Amino acid sequence: MNPVPPSDDEVEAYYKKLDREAEEGGYHLNPDREFTKNLVRGLLVNEKRFGYPSCPCRISWGNREEDRDIICPCDYRDPDLDQYNACFCALYVSDEVLKKKVTVSSIPERRPPRSERKAHAQPEPGPEKGQQLPFPVWRCRVCGYLCARATPPLVCPVCKATKDRFERFM
Amino acid sequence: MNQMKMEHVPGKSKGKVTLFALSTCGWCAKTKALLKELGVDHYYIFVDLLPPEDLENAIKEVEKFNPHGSFPTLVINDGTRVIIGFKEHEIREALG
Repeated sequence: MNPVPPSDDEVEAYYKKLDREAEEGGYHLNPDREFTKNLVRGLLVNEKRFGYPSCPCRISWGNREEDRDIICPCDYRDPDLDQYNACFCALYVSDEVLKKKVTVSSIPERRPPRSERKAHAQPEPGPEKGQQLPFPVWRCRVCGYLCARATPPLVCPVCKATKDRFERFM
Repeated sequence: MNQMKMEHVPGKSKGKVTLFALSTCGWCAKTKALLKELGVDHYYIFVDLLPPEDLENAIKEVEKFNPHGSFPTLVINDGTRVIIGFKEHEIREALG
């Protein structure tokens, strides 16, 4: 699929938004601006193609259910930041990279292969869970943020992942 | 495989070199640039630009060499050697 390429202004604006949101949540974009802006361009391309910004470094099927775990920021970013100092794309990097203590490189794919992958279900209150709790507890699959309320928030206040990235925790 | 349109980049022959890449991926771009720098004769394909009906076949082809189906996947001589990810040192050593 070949969508209309995003303009430089669109890329710049999206880059600034992502950078601000990352810093607010304690995350960092890759300081290699040219590399990072190309990835941001890729996110915009995917947004135009599929209606959601799926990972520019992974193949998408154009089906939100199947791609939910790789909508940026993906479910694998935080474990990859912990283990490798960067996400799979190297769009997000660790403090150590920013302080030039380590350098980023291409890392192994943490997402399970297709044959082992199950699309994770929409968050639904399980009737058996949380019966003693005044509210169900929801967990953000991206950053692990927990909140106790009737439904998950529209957007994760920490990592800005959307409501459908939350799972029932308790 | 033959029905998939591969772009050909002429250069020094180091065997059959095929790069499976995504047009939006940073490490894929670096791999593509390195092949160009090395001046190696190779074929490449941007899998994400394929029409949806060709996607399944292309991914299956990648999965044959790399079960994760991740990108970039560099296939040398029909799988005698497969380099997954942008491994600059390995690529230079195999094709430099």
